[in-house]
Amino acid sequence: MLCDTGKSMTTQPHTSAPAPYWTWGGLSEGAWRSAPLIPGTIVFSMVFGTIAAQKGLTLTDTVLMNAIVFAGSAQLVAIEVWKNPLTLGAVLSLATITAIVNARFILMGASLRPWLGQLPTWQAYLALLQNVDANWIVASRYRGEGGGDVSIYLGSGLALWVIWVTSVIPGYLLGAFIKDPARFGFDMMLPIFFSAMLVQMWRGSRRAIGWGIAGVVALAASYLIAGYWFVVIGAVVGSIVGGFIDDE
Amino acid sequence: MMSDPAVYGPIAGILAMALATYFTRVIGFWLMGHVPVTVRVRRMLETLPGAIVVAIVVPLTAKAGAAGVIAVGVTVVAMVLRRNEFLAVALGLTAISLARAYGI
Repeated sequence: MLCDTGKSMTTQPHTSAPAPYWTWGGLSEGAWRSAPLIPGTIVFSMVFGTIAAQKGLTLTDTVLMNAIVFAGSAQLVAIEVWKNPLTLGAVLSLATITAIVNARFILMGASLRPWLGQLPTWQAYLALLQNVDANWIVASRYRGEGGGDVSIYLGSGLALWVIWVTSVIPGYLLGAFIKDPARFGFDMMLPIFFSAMLVQMWRGSRRAIGWGIAGVVALAASYLIAGYWFVVIGAVVGSIVGGFIDDE
Repeated sequence: MMSDPAVYGPIAGILAMALATYFTRVIGFWLMGHVPVTVRVRRMLETLPGAIVVAIVVPLTAKAGAAGVIAVGVTVVAMVLRRNEFLAVALGLTAISLARAYGI
């Protein structure tokens, strides 16, 4: 098979990749790299604003939720169990649902350890607090290419954060402004962007075997288990297998 | 069991969601700081980013049916040929819009 034996990057990415550093220019570079996701993020945020309005949240609370939670899928699922007023049980179930839908962030954080682990602790944790799918994938791809500038990670996250926090306002106020986001494929924005990123992340067949297993296991899990567990189950099984495949 | 007469405002719910999210954002990173990074663990971490991506893309694409498969296929082919994510994403969205418009 196609093993990139010529690339030392493939076998030693964490020892040959540069130590993490910060630059101002990296912030705008990171924002630019996440730009393909901006239209989808605007629509997603507007849809969430519309639903939040229907559930009886105030505009202030909706903007606050977008600003400090900043996790679209989890918010969309959690808002379904939202009640006014909230009981203790409802508060706990909101936290539980949010943690389950965001369980993929646990794996994303783990994957960033070899890079961000070299930063001063407070910087690493501060950067991680703004982790979402988009800036994680932008940063992972950049790191995979041998980059070390953590500002890429922060900049792409902050750009989407600004979009996420502001776009919810027109969505809330206009109500059913976007009647059918699926018509323009915006519901598929994330998998489409991720599949494009995956092409750039290709580094030979050893990892691809683990990826293939991750896909098969995740697909099976998505039919067998309700909710979003398929991401975690597929990714964990695939990467464990990848860990046991030796380089040729 | 006692009944629970206490009720909470929306801020409590939002804070609970925020704390739960921050927990997921930091705990994996923290845990990996307490695991010895052997060759196996390093290879797992190398495989992990792509594995997460595939584990998200494959089920969501399958759920979207033929239109989803076409869209992701167009995106991947465009990306392999042109290496431009703006173009690839735009073509992927165009593909799924057209496929759905034609009832695929």
